[in-house]
Amino acid sequence: MDVKLNAEDAAFRDEVRQFIADNLPADIRRRVETGKRLSKDDHVRWQRVLHQKGWIAPHWPVEHGGTGWSPLRRYIFEEELGRAPTPRIIPFGLAMVGPVIMTFGDDRQKAHYLPRILSSEDWWCQGYSEPGAGSDLASLQTRAVADGDDYIVNGQKTWTTMAQHADMIFCLVRTSTAGKPQEGISFLLIDMKSAGIEVRPITTLDGGQEVNEVFFDDVRVPKANLIGGENKGWTYAKFLLGHERANIADVGRSKRELARLEAIASSELSDGRPLLDDPAFRSRLAALEIELMALESVVLRMLGDGTNSGPPGPEASLLKVKGTEIQQKITELLFEAIGPYAAPFVTEALDDGWNEAPIGPDYAAPLAPYYFNWRKASIYGGSNEIQKNIIAKMVLGF
Amino acid sequence: MAIALSEEQRLLQESARRFVERDYGFATRSRIVASEDGIDGEKWRQFAELGWLGVAVPEAYGGMDGGLAEIAVLLDAVGRGLVVEPLLSTIVLGGGLIGELGTEAQKRDLLPPMVAGERRFAVALGEPQARYDLHDVTARARPEGDGFVISGHKSVVYDAPGADMLLVVARSAGEPRDVDGLSLFLVAPGMPGVTLRPYPTIDGGRGADVVLDDVRVSGDAILGTPGSALAALTRAVDRARIVLGSEAAGIMAVLVDATRDYLKTRRQFGTTLEKFQVLQHRLVDMLIAQQMTEALVLRVALEYDDLDNSEKARAAAAVKAKVGEAGKFIGQQAVQLHGGIGMTDELPVGHYFKRLSIIGTMFGDAAYHLRRFRDLA
Ligand SMILES: Cc1cc2nc3c(=O)[nH]c(=O)nc-3n(C[C@H](O)[C@H](O)[C@H](O)COP(=O)(O)OP(=O)(O)OC[C@H]3O[C@@H](n4cnc5c(N)ncnc54)[C@H](O)[C@@H]3O)c2cc1C
Repeated sequence: MDVKLNAEDAAFRDEVRQFIADNLPADIRRRVETGKRLSKDDHVRWQRVLHQKGWIAPHWPVEHGGTGWSPLRRYIFEEELGRAPTPRIIPFGLAMVGPVIMTFGDDRQKAHYLPRILSSEDWWCQGYSEPGAGSDLASLQTRAVADGDDYIVNGQKTWTTMAQHADMIFCLVRTSTAGKPQEGISFLLIDMKSAGIEVRPITTLDGGQEVNEVFFDDVRVPKANLIGGENKGWTYAKFLLGHERANIADVGRSKRELARLEAIASSELSDGRPLLDDPAFRSRLAALEIELMALESVVLRMLGDGTNSGPPGPEASLLKVKGTEIQQKITELLFEAIGPYAAPFVTEALDDGWNEAPIGPDYAAPLAPYYFNWRKASIYGGSNEIQKNIIAKMVLGF
Repeated sequence: MAIALSEEQRLLQESARRFVERDYGFATRSRIVASEDGIDGEKWRQFAELGWLGVAVPEAYGGMDGGLAEIAVLLDAVGRGLVVEPLLSTIVLGGGLIGELGTEAQKRDLLPPMVAGERRFAVALGEPQARYDLHDVTARARPEGDGFVISGHKSVVYDAPGADMLLVVARSAGEPRDVDGLSLFLVAPGMPGVTLRPYPTIDGGRGADVVLDDVRVSGDAILGTPGSALAALTRAVDRARIVLGSEAAGIMAVLVDATRDYLKTRRQFGTTLEKFQVLQHRLVDMLIAQQMTEALVLRVALEYDDLDNSEKARAAAAVKAKVGEAGKFIGQQAVQLHGGIGMTDELPVGHYFKRLSIIGTMFGDAAYHLRRFRDLA
């Protein structure tokens, strides 16, 4: 079921659709469509296309380079990006640290960093988690000790997504051990080229390398890179986490993935007929489609009553839980749809430039790694259990 | 009827589990997976010495004369250690089919070397269009002289790289999807016309797509009577389904234990994760799913040889459906409850999850066997 739009919004949607059709480089489109691995360059090239058009940060205020679109238009835009499909916008700069800088940063920080985020000149990564601090972020240990105009940072971050590509990392660091653990945390921007930083890749169970450990050994960071007040970082972190979650529902992309699942299920055979005609498969697919419709309805209602415009609260948690559940269910059905061809594991086939004949149908190779990799979606960005704790506390008052 | 292993079966279980624990640790396993051949010949010789390779082979051919239950007991240990050597392909599918369909000469020729660890088999059943239907076979075997000429594409043949002999299903009569007309042939991988496209599998094993292009085999390469292989094939695959269930139950047990241990040690919010009731209940659900799977598999493995044919098929379908469903739940939750560390290649959990997931799809996923179970009612 498509979202019902009035004439102006429908025209807007068509304009977005046309723009993407005309401007998304064909090679990138092909890689996204077929589930191949994307390079940093793929992301940056596409983000620059959007930047040139002025569409890279629709959720930013106009004075910082946003579009001034209504929440519905922003939703339509995101849906079209997912539907095309385009590479995901890397969230660390645009969705996470950007809003923090424009809300809590000083003028110099805004003037320096925001344009560079918009133009994708700086690639950011998020340094929150540590080996001992995951769900319980407040227990983080990485220390920043004042030394003249600098902080000296020591410690270790982990699970840092795409740190290997990053120019900058935004970190939560401990600047005080007095009071409650939340009270001694500061929000620090650190140049990844600083002396004393070491990045070590972590291989995930699908064979990929997108997360890293990041070690800080006496890293000197100018105090000018502190956001807001010292020991006030927790406030900014919570602000940011809500933003991170709001983006995770990704309804448009799930619609597109459902369409892909349907296409695959119509070429796969079961009992000698298309899998898509198998009654059991059909009802699982239908249930998933309805689930997605219901999730989208929640989003549209939030847009309707304006809940979505304030700081993200328990609504964001709902979107995260259900959004990722649906995404994971889709990857599960994709994995099951290809039957025995889920097993061959030819990692080179996921890279561009591999031009041997595929093993099995050409769409098969990335699907098992996708299924295994996407288990992460219910873990990162605040695990789904933690999201439910938030809803229990904030909505049910437990 | 109460379900319990016999004293002998219990001893076999203990020794198999002990072997895996002592000699097939995760580091060893990782080394084997990363090696050129993907199996360890020395381990295979040890399996032979321990009697594993002949556990269900009649004494006349050097075996221990055991049944499905003995294989199930071994496969449980295989699951616990994520053993990658081709036990299922060799002793259950290959050995099983040769034992059931082979002539006296074929058995004498093939089974003792298998028991001694000198011959490994792989069974080429699947085809790209067939999904899980054993009768959906388009590979052709046309009689010529006193032999056959075979052509076709067999897909995702587990353990084909490194196998000494392939057992190939091809159609000597009838149309694709006919239940009659299937024959089983012994094909050496080096024969002219046989091409293997080998690859690693995501669960740490090896497989290949096998293309046969006018492969000439002699008359004594056929196993059983021409055109009537499906019944025996179904029985062999059903036996494989059941012992795979046993392997899966072993994996599930490891995942439940590992997750429990992790929740007991991992500290967040000033306490261990085991203190959160939602996690306790989740782990209880995992344990219940594991116990139900293990008990069902054990019951079927112990009773199997006494069941009539339709009961056999239904029992295998029940096992596979339960394994598929429980495996998915337990595997996903084990990763989830480990959090970020559960997503890493370094931790065994992900490898157990992947093997469990592939077992879930092998020889039919839960959806396939739910339908089969109902259709056989
Ligand atoms: C692929 C990937 C990418 C990531 N990228 C980044 C990144 O770029 N930057 C970054 O800073 N971090 C990143 N993370 C880290 C991520 O945010 C953490 O993994 C996550 O917060 C969970 O923490 P943990 O892994 O320590 O699990 P733990 O906190 O140890 O949790 C383990 C399990 O216990 C559950 N649990 C914990 N506490 C409770 C509770 N109170 N009640 C109920 N259940 C509970 C959790 O839900 C989970 O299932 C990434 C993680 C992954 C997997």
